[in-house]
Amino acid sequence: MKKLLNLTIDGRSLQAEEEKTILEVARDNGIDIPTLCYNEDLEPYGACRLCLVEISKNKRSRLVTSCLYPIEEGLVVKTNSDRVLTNRKMLMELLLARCSGVKVIEDMARKMGVEKPSFRPQYLDHNECILCGLCVRACAEVVGTSALSLVNRGVNREVASPFLDTASDCIGCGSCVYICPTKCIKMEDSGDTRTIRNWKVNFKLKKCKTCGNYFAPEKQLEYIRTKLKLPKDFFDTCPNCK
Amino acid sequence: MATKIQAIVDRYEGDKGQLVSILQDIQTEYYYLPKEALEEVVKLLNVPMSQVYGVATFFKAFSMTPRGRHLIKVCLGTACYVRGANRVVDKMELDLGIKRKETTKDLRFTLETVNCVGCCALGPMVMIDDKYHGQMSSDKVSSLLTKYE
Amino acid sequence: MVRLSSPQQLEGLRKSIVERKDRSKPCIALCVGTGCLAYGCTDILNAFKNEVEKNSLQDKVDIRATGCPGFCERGALLTIYPQGIFYQQVKMEDVPEIISETILKGNIIERLLYTDPNTGERYTKEADVPFYKRQQRLLLDSNNKIDPTSIEDYLAIGGYAALAKALSHMKPEQIIQEIKRSGLRGRGGGGFPTGAKWESTREAHGDIKYVICNCDEGDPGAYMDRSLMEGNPHSVLDGMIIGAYAIGANLGYVYIRHEYPMAVDNVTIAIKQAEELGLLGENILGSGFGFKVKVSRGGGAFVCGESTALMASLEGKVGEPRAKYIHTSEKGLYNRPSDLNNVETWANVPHIILKGADWFNKIGTKGSKGTKIFSLVGKVKNTGLVEVPMGMTLREIVYDIGGGILGGKKFKAVQTGGPSGGFIPERLLDLPVDFDELTRVGSMMGSGAMIVTDENTCMVDMAKYFVGFLQEEACGKCLPCREGLKRMLEILTDITRGEGRKEDIELLERIAATLKDTSLCALGGTAANPVLTTIRYFRDEYEAHINESRCPAGVCKELITYSIIDEKCPGCGLCVEPCPTKAITFVAKKKPVILNQELCIKCGTCYDICKMKAVGVK
Repeated sequence: MKKLLNLTIDGRSLQAEEEKTILEVARDNGIDIPTLCYNEDLEPYGACRLCLVEISKNKRSRLVTSCLYPIEEGLVVKTNSDRVLTNRKMLMELLLARCSGVKVIEDMARKMGVEKPSFRPQYLDHNECILCGLCVRACAEVVGTSALSLVNRGVNREVASPFLDTASDCIGCGSCVYICPTKCIKMEDSGDTRTIRNWKVNFKLKKCKTCGNYFAPEKQLEYIRTKLKLPKDFFDTCPNCK
Repeated sequence: MATKIQAIVDRYEGDKGQLVSILQDIQTEYYYLPKEALEEVVKLLNVPMSQVYGVATFFKAFSMTPRGRHLIKVCLGTACYVRGANRVVDKMELDLGIKRKETTKDLRFTLETVNCVGCCALGPMVMIDDKYHGQMSSDKVSSLLTKYE
Repeated sequence: MVRLSSPQQLEGLRKSIVERKDRSKPCIALCVGTGCLAYGCTDILNAFKNEVEKNSLQDKVDIRATGCPGFCERGALLTIYPQGIFYQQVKMEDVPEIISETILKGNIIERLLYTDPNTGERYTKEADVPFYKRQQRLLLDSNNKIDPTSIEDYLAIGGYAALAKALSHMKPEQIIQEIKRSGLRGRGGGGFPTGAKWESTREAHGDIKYVICNCDEGDPGAYMDRSLMEGNPHSVLDGMIIGAYAIGANLGYVYIRHEYPMAVDNVTIAIKQAEELGLLGENILGSGFGFKVKVSRGGGAFVCGESTALMASLEGKVGEPRAKYIHTSEKGLYNRPSDLNNVETWANVPHIILKGADWFNKIGTKGSKGTKIFSLVGKVKNTGLVEVPMGMTLREIVYDIGGGILGGKKFKAVQTGGPSGGFIPERLLDLPVDFDELTRVGSMMGSGAMIVTDENTCMVDMAKYFVGFLQEEACGKCLPCREGLKRMLEILTDITRGEGRKEDIELLERIAATLKDTSLCALGGTAANPVLTTIRYFRDEYEAHINESRCPAGVCKELITYSIIDEKCPGCGLCVEPCPTKAITFVAKKKPVILNQELCIKCGTCYDICKMKAVGVK
């Protein structure tokens, strides 16, 4: 039996189960905290820092990432204090400087009151990837193939397939494509082939015996079939026709 | 190669946690991390290649491309830096015709900078292979390099 | 060696070792620490061994290869026991004379004694040398009294007596109370109370727990841990086994940066020897407690000095830190309760157990007990490792022990705490070394690197250096650190090139504030300290660079010019050939050379090579 704890978020008194994070409790209660690297089906990562909130216990206050901080009895949380907003703005400036020209980020920044980063225009970068790690984490935690990883270190960090070559463990499921917030992973289905350009992979798609449509990579289906110990002909018909 | 890699992995009882040490021993053997060696490690330790590649590219100790016969490490730790170590690196770059982290075309030297080898009293410090050369200055660089084939 | 099965057997062995030693037999203790390797100590060691063998003097003198005694400026170093005669700047050529004169005839070789450059006084005994006299060498003193690869030497000086006492006379909870009462705080930089850390790890849920020794020592300019681990690895193991017993851990790790091969070798040997004697393994000294230690190497990543990144590396993953809202004492290595302590912290433990918390907390200040080892380096005369009681002032360390500034130049600032620390100017030199005092002025204790700078150090350049270092070492996981350091480096580089903008200082402060408040780990969280302290105490230098395109210290390449000081130039032409762009022309002997500014690339070779200091920088 999990204990119920009392806490305050933005002046509202709330009750929630112990071991929940501030972000989970906020979302359960319709309180909006911005995030970029968070996904409720994955382990929280704490990389984007946008979900920062100000907490105070016994007069001392500090900023913590709400996606990771477990609630405590008597916790007082502020999601929009001056300290939080000032930091969020600078974080968006830094992100915008990394991803100039990426619409999703520019829109998000504008909503937070950031039009243009304060840094020298000649040094601005145009990366589409925000290094949220969602693709890598989904591939590892949900799919289980760990075809990708974050390579190099610091400013050279990037998401890549091993040796920057064909991702041999990739099964073409496209989870990374769907989860990417800036849609910078490019996947294309054409005829009987699926290509994911970023990882230099292509897959033969399976044709449904009934409707004749190509619906998923053979490699992905074989992976699922083996993992779940399904019969050999299980995926001869597509999910629509089952 | 497979037997050599097996021997290295056995040295650490196949402990996945010792991946960094295993990669270091491979690097010592081959002067860099060959792709085939890493493929063996993946098989023997049962870890994904993405993890091994991630670790290999994260740590400065590793090189994915063949290194020179002689590894030059110029210390740019703070103590050496204030004593002018940056001028030593600049002179080496000039003399060798390469930038830091690069290898000369004839595979004679690889030039690296490190952050503190712990010989601060003798700074600026330059290590070539396993020899320490202390109190280096830009004017001593050329004569030092001629000592190595 | 027989496996010991009780504290009594340990004492019996110790007694027999001590009795076997001939106290009166001369012993030459030569430092073969990494620092002295650069002085050619390996050749000197071999020369001694050859000399002894050549003259069949094996029963007249022992040669002992030891760890670092700390006075690295004056290497190669040796001390001759039992008299304690201290010879410095020893060269291979001196070896036969040392044997024939000092060992065989008892004569002192004057030129090898330390002479104080300020007073001219000579000192025969190590203990009298001013560099050592003011120190309190609780941990480092043993370094030249033992061969680090000999467990017998460690036993002879009382080693593992603390372990025996802990296992046979103290309960785990008592040990923790003793460490708490001592006031010992982490020596790696965090300064967290060690006893409290041990207590939370002990109380955490789980049967499997770990203790870890952090020997990553990433702060550039710091080599205290290296010297302890190379010179006295058993003292660290002694502390770790006691800690493991107190916490209830049966497996430990020693994580050493791969740049310290001798430390890796020596601790590996020490572990093997301890296992052979039964001081590691099952049922240690018959107590029923078992403990094993593994050695793991780093791969060249400063961030792996951070506890969660270190633990990730120990699991075979990249050294990425994680949030510590749930402490590692609850969920650490492999998600199990883990206690991580620095080398120097572990080395203090046996002393506290043997001599008691009351003895320990008499040393130091109210908030910082015990001694601290510092690596005093940079533009100071007496570079080396100094161990002082907490509370000694920075001025005493830099001037009384350090001997003041090299080359008679003017002191500018002392940098403490590594890349996480800050610069402390002259007017604050009377500050005592104390965790809280150093933090109060914007710096921190850190692991112990103490870098002295002089009037020719540009503070903007130093800020750029540290930010550049941190950018290279950052793991790249979190946005503020990865992107913030990048932008700070761009701004600082432009400032050093004379391309600074008026709003740059304020922008740097804004980025710094976000780094401090929002970074995932302490690397990012403290990354702004070097920048903030240099702005705080040396704002005028920033303003000179930005407003006047001038570098007052004469360092920033784009803003300086080298020129020949005609009055000082003897026309020797030494600088002509080494100049990479042939910018210097020889005129004639006794006439000054001519430097062509158009060809000069500011490499500084002529500045470095000129013996007459005839090259000026502006």
